[in-house]
Amino acid sequence: MPLIFVGGLIFGFGLGFSHMARPEVVLNFLQFEDFGLLFVMGGAAVVTGIAFALVPRLRDRAPLTGDTYGRRLKSFDRNILIGGAIFGVGWGLSGICPGAAYASLGVGNITILWALAGMFIGAYIQGYWRSQRTASETSTTGAD
Amino acid sequence: MVTELFSPALYETLFPVGISRYAVGGLLVGLGAVVIYLGTGIPAGASTFLESTLSYVSDQSRFQRYRSSRDWRIVFTLGIIAGAFVYALTIQSGLVSSGHYEAGTTGELYDIGGVTLWLTDVQPWRLFLGGILVGIGTRIGKGCTSGHGVCGVGSASKTSIVGVITFLIVAIGTAQIVMALGVSP
Repeated sequence: MPLIFVGGLIFGFGLGFSHMARPEVVLNFLQFEDFGLLFVMGGAAVVTGIAFALVPRLRDRAPLTGDTYGRRLKSFDRNILIGGAIFGVGWGLSGICPGAAYASLGVGNITILWALAGMFIGAYIQGYWRSQRTASETSTTGAD
Repeated sequence: MVTELFSPALYETLFPVGISRYAVGGLLVGLGAVVIYLGTGIPAGASTFLESTLSYVSDQSRFQRYRSSRDWRIVFTLGIIAGAFVYALTIQSGLVSSGHYEAGTTGELYDIGGVTLWLTDVQPWRLFLGGILVGIGTRIGKGCTSGHGVCGVGSASKTSIVGVITFLIVAIGTAQIVMALGVSP
């Protein structure tokens, strides 16, 4: 837990330093006024890319959890495109994504609570809907 | 260096405040994710926190599946908030300066007890409505800018790369339309 906090601390400091905690700067990127964001995402992905490629070769298991080191691989389906598109509309409208929203609170941006409230509502809406759907699917199969 | 690859005028147009604050910030974001990965083997993402935290107040099966990770995800989020506050306390307040840091002109700065804090000018309705869509989209799409963008791309995951391209294109289109409609900021 302390290690996760330290990791979050560095992560959040980086989001503050790079101005990603400012929706205006993200919007400036999306409106083609400042392409700096590419270096934030690129820089971060280079660092994780090196670690994710190297660490599993050096060690088998993580010291704190005993989990095997792997990469972040998720299965591809239609949801990646649907969810990605919905997220894109929201990101393009507001200029804020989850991690940057938490960091925005840290730099003093109280107004971002509007976005955080929205994110929880959105996550609840889809979770409620998908839970109901799963429940009705299982009951239908059960009836067969 | 990168600067010399472009003509100065082009560089100025593409990167009006330079690239160092972005690149340094990005490296730190990556480093934060790597610290967690080294210790725990977890490629962290920020948006699962939304659902895992809802598991404290809702019994829906969709949220309960994140029950086992909900505690550390709160610690991760608190760390992000605290890290950004440390940035506000040091760099934003001018207590520590860095040659790699370019202060911005966006939003409004205000002062509480000697700490320089920052407020956005982006209108609340945009943040709220956008937030709802972000909340729905990241969870259906299995990740956000940190999960897909930082850890997924770092894993060379095709799913994540397709996800990032999808939300980047749609976000650019949306932001351009909103700007063309005259909504600002």
